[in-house]
Amino acid sequence: MSTATALKSKTGTDVNWQALCTWADLVEFSGVAAWLETETGPAQVALFYIPGYETELFAVDNHDPLGKANVIARGIIGDVKGEPVVASPLYKQHYRLKDGRCVEDDSVKLRTWPVRFDGDQVMVKLSH
Amino acid sequence: MSKQRLIVIGNGMVGHHMVEQLIERNATERFDIIVFGEERHRAYDRVHLSEYFAGRDAQSLAMCDADFYAANGIELRLNEAVTAIDRDASQVISDQGTYSYDRLVLATGSYPFVPPIPGGDRPNCLVYRTLDDLDAIRAAAENANTGVVVGGGLLGLEAANALRGLNLDTAVVEFAPRLMPMQVDTEGGELLREKIEDLGVQVLTGRATQEIVDGETSFHRMVFQDDKVLETDLIVFSAGIRPRDELARDCKLELGERGGIVIDDKCLTSDPAILAIGECALWNNSIFGLVAPGYQMAKVAVDTLTEGETTFRGADMSTKLKLMGVDVGAIGDAHGDRSPSARMFRYLDEIKQEYRKLVVSSDGKKLLGAMLVGDNSYYDTLMQYYSNGLELPADPASLILPSSEGAPTLGPDALPDTASICSCHNVTKGAICAAIDAGAADLAAVKGETKASTGCGGCAALLKSVVDSELEARGVEVDQSICEHFAHTRQELYSIVRVEGIKTFSELIKKHGHGLGCDICKPAVASILASCFNEPITNAAHVPLQDTNDTFMANMQKNGTYSIVPRIPGGEITPDKLLVLGQVGKKYDLYTKITGGQRIDLFGARLEQLPDIWQELIDAGFETGHAYGKSLRTVKSCVGSTWCRYGVQDSVGMAIQLENRYKGLRSPHKIKFAVSGCTRECAEAQSKDVGVIATENGWNLYVCGNGGMRPRHAELLATDLDDETLVKYIDRFLMFYVRTADRLQRTSVWRENLEGGLDYIKDVVINDSLGLAEDLESQMQTVIDNYECEWANAIKDPEKLKRFRSFVNDQRPDPDIIVTEERGQLRPA
Repeated sequence: MSTATALKSKTGTDVNWQALCTWADLVEFSGVAAWLETETGPAQVALFYIPGYETELFAVDNHDPLGKANVIARGIIGDVKGEPVVASPLYKQHYRLKDGRCVEDDSVKLRTWPVRFDGDQVMVKLSH
Repeated sequence: MSKQRLIVIGNGMVGHHMVEQLIERNATERFDIIVFGEERHRAYDRVHLSEYFAGRDAQSLAMCDADFYAANGIELRLNEAVTAIDRDASQVISDQGTYSYDRLVLATGSYPFVPPIPGGDRPNCLVYRTLDDLDAIRAAAENANTGVVVGGGLLGLEAANALRGLNLDTAVVEFAPRLMPMQVDTEGGELLREKIEDLGVQVLTGRATQEIVDGETSFHRMVFQDDKVLETDLIVFSAGIRPRDELARDCKLELGERGGIVIDDKCLTSDPAILAIGECALWNNSIFGLVAPGYQMAKVAVDTLTEGETTFRGADMSTKLKLMGVDVGAIGDAHGDRSPSARMFRYLDEIKQEYRKLVVSSDGKKLLGAMLVGDNSYYDTLMQYYSNGLELPADPASLILPSSEGAPTLGPDALPDTASICSCHNVTKGAICAAIDAGAADLAAVKGETKASTGCGGCAALLKSVVDSELEARGVEVDQSICEHFAHTRQELYSIVRVEGIKTFSELIKKHGHGLGCDICKPAVASILASCFNEPITNAAHVPLQDTNDTFMANMQKNGTYSIVPRIPGGEITPDKLLVLGQVGKKYDLYTKITGGQRIDLFGARLEQLPDIWQELIDAGFETGHAYGKSLRTVKSCVGSTWCRYGVQDSVGMAIQLENRYKGLRSPHKIKFAVSGCTRECAEAQSKDVGVIATENGWNLYVCGNGGMRPRHAELLATDLDDETLVKYIDRFLMFYVRTADRLQRTSVWRENLEGGLDYIKDVVINDSLGLAEDLESQMQTVIDNYECEWANAIKDPEKLKRFRSFVNDQRPDPDIIVTEERGQLRPA
């Protein structure tokens, strides 16, 4: 688990890391949605938690650009040839959790955020 | 661009259809349209004219609302007959005025042919074509005891039925040696005569009327060629139709030798400013006296007027009718007189009064025509063979022989290349085969290549069966694994779960699969676990496996909100409960709609509202309706013997019993039931997975029916069952299906792919040929014993309710859900 010191950048505290919710808010092997205020406006983040997997936490956009609704957090997670993905609950396209890319359509991509635990806190890094 | 003036003469069914097409294609933007109708009524449904005497009025027969034309900016001039066309001045002239046109469409239809018989113009000699004709017949019938229809064709029999309905002693006089000479042969005609005579209608064939004179006991006396006579008070002529081509004749448009306005493939007459459609038009020397070809012409004519490309290429005159309750069908060359080398099969059952004939090519491979009297259930399959040129089975006679399984149906390999598989992207079976030939080696590749099944997805099962059968035909071994994470079929996984007693997905994938799983195997395993052990799907181990609908126990709609369907067993609901649904709908601003399964769907609930709404519903005594699950949906029922004059059993009671028994049963796909209280079948049980129809002695059980995209009639599994046996058979049937079907395979497709077919199911369910009956019943009992309303389970557990938050770190609802009002309710904006 990460420690607070790991969140320091070379120049000191990295203000871009923000606490979103706690471990208890997550659902194992599934997703929840969280509200995120950024400098460029609010965003909805889908947080997926896969305990025991090589990367345990993923944060991608909750907005489904093909279904045009905020539902990604409610999709089923799994893998396509070893790549962790979430299937949109609306029309079942798969999005890679690591980079948000849509498996069925290269031109479509979800935003992603770096995310990690800090103790019980789930921390997300704002893109500048 | 200024608008052109388009005039349509004739406001019958075809003329009206043309106007509808014009509106649909926005042709009102380029044309000012005037429509003339010489009758006082706007267009009405002439096909169902006889229902006018059965109580339908002009209003209910009308093809559109009274303000339809005005609302679309079209001038409809009824009761105004056009008397002439001045082509030089481009004008039509009526008794009320003169109107200029740029384009003119003749949709003048036809008139009934009255043979030139001396006395044929006497009073009470009438015809049967318009509502006014029917009024005249009705008036004449008031002072009549007997009526005769001259003409034993389709319309003649319709007219005879109408006279019978007016309580006249009715006779039909036909010139040909049999009834319906166009559609049926001697045997068929004889059978038809018997059936019509059984209805109390006298049938005289081979009779030519020489004259009509004053009668002695009745108003008329008809004298035939052999000097025999028939007395009657009322005569209706229905001896065929003739095209209404007099306007065209007067203005020198080209006509056929025996009448009819000559048109080309674009429905243009000899004057390119003028088109003709429907029964007045003569294409390729043929008049088409049916409504469907008329509609096709109307579409082509609209296309011609709007610079489209489609052409009229003739029409198939195959017909399927019910005349006086008697089925008559004719396909293609039903008489077999158009191809001299044709061979025939005939089947005649004089007890049941059924007759069927096949006309096949000399090599026995193609269906050239068919004739049916008494039972039209064979029509659709025969029509497939005929219209798609499919190769007939080795023994073509099997297509018309009665069999316990009904008429044989076609599987995916029998579909023609032209068959549409995916209607969203208009993908034919031919396109799928081409993709496979070009290298697409599995379902995903075919989907990627053709886009098939990427629209609404409704064709997924059909597409899979076509792809599988095509791959197999090419010698490709089809991998039946459920997905990349398990090298097993659903059936194999089912056995593994049962035999090893595995109760979680994680254990199953650790022992028998690899990876994280996916949206294919997770819900499938969730369903298997539920139908074996029926633990709450809201348990932590099962939650991540469920599709979103199961996770949140509601149906996700396109804007991410959910719809809620409480269970209403058998469709029976108290006024108090109805009020609760109304109050909840109102309180949470939900869009409400009645479902096809006799329940009420409440739309537009946001995620965080679901627990509150369900708390209120549960307090009022509702349970979850599983509308979101691959599980038992509804048991539809008619009102049954409790209220209905015809009911012979308590269908509502049985429906409630069955729905309560099987609610919560998770299965490969959704399951629908219906129970009808008598043979009239108002609950439509024969379109359901399990259909129960009451008899005097108990219940008939039907299985494997389906509505939806590929309708399938259910098949009779067992008859005259008592309540206990009925339930026992359904237990066995359902559990056998749950165990052996593929993922997302409805009972209908399962049945079609099941080797041994219905007989095999009968053997397993009734004769217990596999020795499984007890096991199946006890497994069903386990599911029933472990039933618990999922919402009641979730609502009492704060941990489970945590999932129902729009945001885990914020109270606000999703601000992107925007609604607007329509017809007094909210809908997604």
